[in-house]
Amino acid sequence: MASLTELANPARFMRLSSVLLPWFAGAAALLLAIGFYLVWFVAPADYQQGETIKIMYIHVPAAWLALMFYSMMALSALGVLVWRHPLADVAQQAAAPIGASFALVCLLTGSFWGKPMWGTYWVWDARLTSMLVLFLLYLGVIALRRAIDEPSRAGRAVAILTLVGCVNIPIIKFSVDWWSTLHQPASVLRLGGSTIHASMLWPLLITALGFTLLALALHAAAMQAEILRRRVRTLTIFEAERLDRLSLQAAQ
Amino acid sequence: MMDALGPHAGFILAAYLAAVVILSGLAAAILLDRRAQRRALAALEERGAGRRGGSTS
Repeated sequence: MASLTELANPARFMRLSSVLLPWFAGAAALLLAIGFYLVWFVAPADYQQGETIKIMYIHVPAAWLALMFYSMMALSALGVLVWRHPLADVAQQAAAPIGASFALVCLLTGSFWGKPMWGTYWVWDARLTSMLVLFLLYLGVIALRRAIDEPSRAGRAVAILTLVGCVNIPIIKFSVDWWSTLHQPASVLRLGGSTIHASMLWPLLITALGFTLLALALHAAAMQAEILRRRVRTLTIFEAERLDRLSLQAAQ
Repeated sequence: MMDALGPHAGFILAAYLAAVVILSGLAAAILLDRRAQRRALAALEERGAGRRGGSTS
């Protein structure tokens, strides 16, 4: 626990993330290059869906990351509300635009996949609608943060909204089992193992790992930017107070 | 290229293009924001902000 507290120190985080970030970014670039080489030149077309299966290699990792980042935000929200740790608030704030971007990628690529396979870009079924709700939750979190000027009040309000929105995560995951939907059921992360052939599963896992490392590198960079923004805000306030004092002294 | 992707090439390329545009935009926004904050912090420190009794000039 002591080491976790030390890691959660903003100055230590800045040092550690500066060392790790280039490695994460480099590994992400390498894995994405290998993964997409396999997708475009090695992996076979699907016997039913043909070449449109290529969309799966961005759609599925984007969906996983949209869910993963919301879950990370929920853990950070607990850190904000229970321990009032400033780095938890920073982590939560930095994660929202990244999760929103992956949710948007998931929705758009799903639409482009749905039109040729289902005959429609969109249908209000449980999986698609709950994913849209997740995207709107991300936008709500970002908007609420911007609507409140005082950072600690904004952090607590966003943490509460994030935890309330958590109810949507199991709904997304199990929507294909609980309701009759156009969307196919889970085929990778399921009890009993994956139903995808290895020739498609490996490229999918490699691109998913590449996207995950890319998202974590972006999260670390966004957290660095947020820590710097808070330092700038604090120093600006100090400077304004000092200038006020000096002008008062000059007037006397 | 388009022929090799079959009759739905447009949908496949549109999906990849959307992902590239969104994720590149996200990365650019984050990196530009971090650079802007670094510059703002450096400018404040150069003016002596945060130092007790620092110069006002």
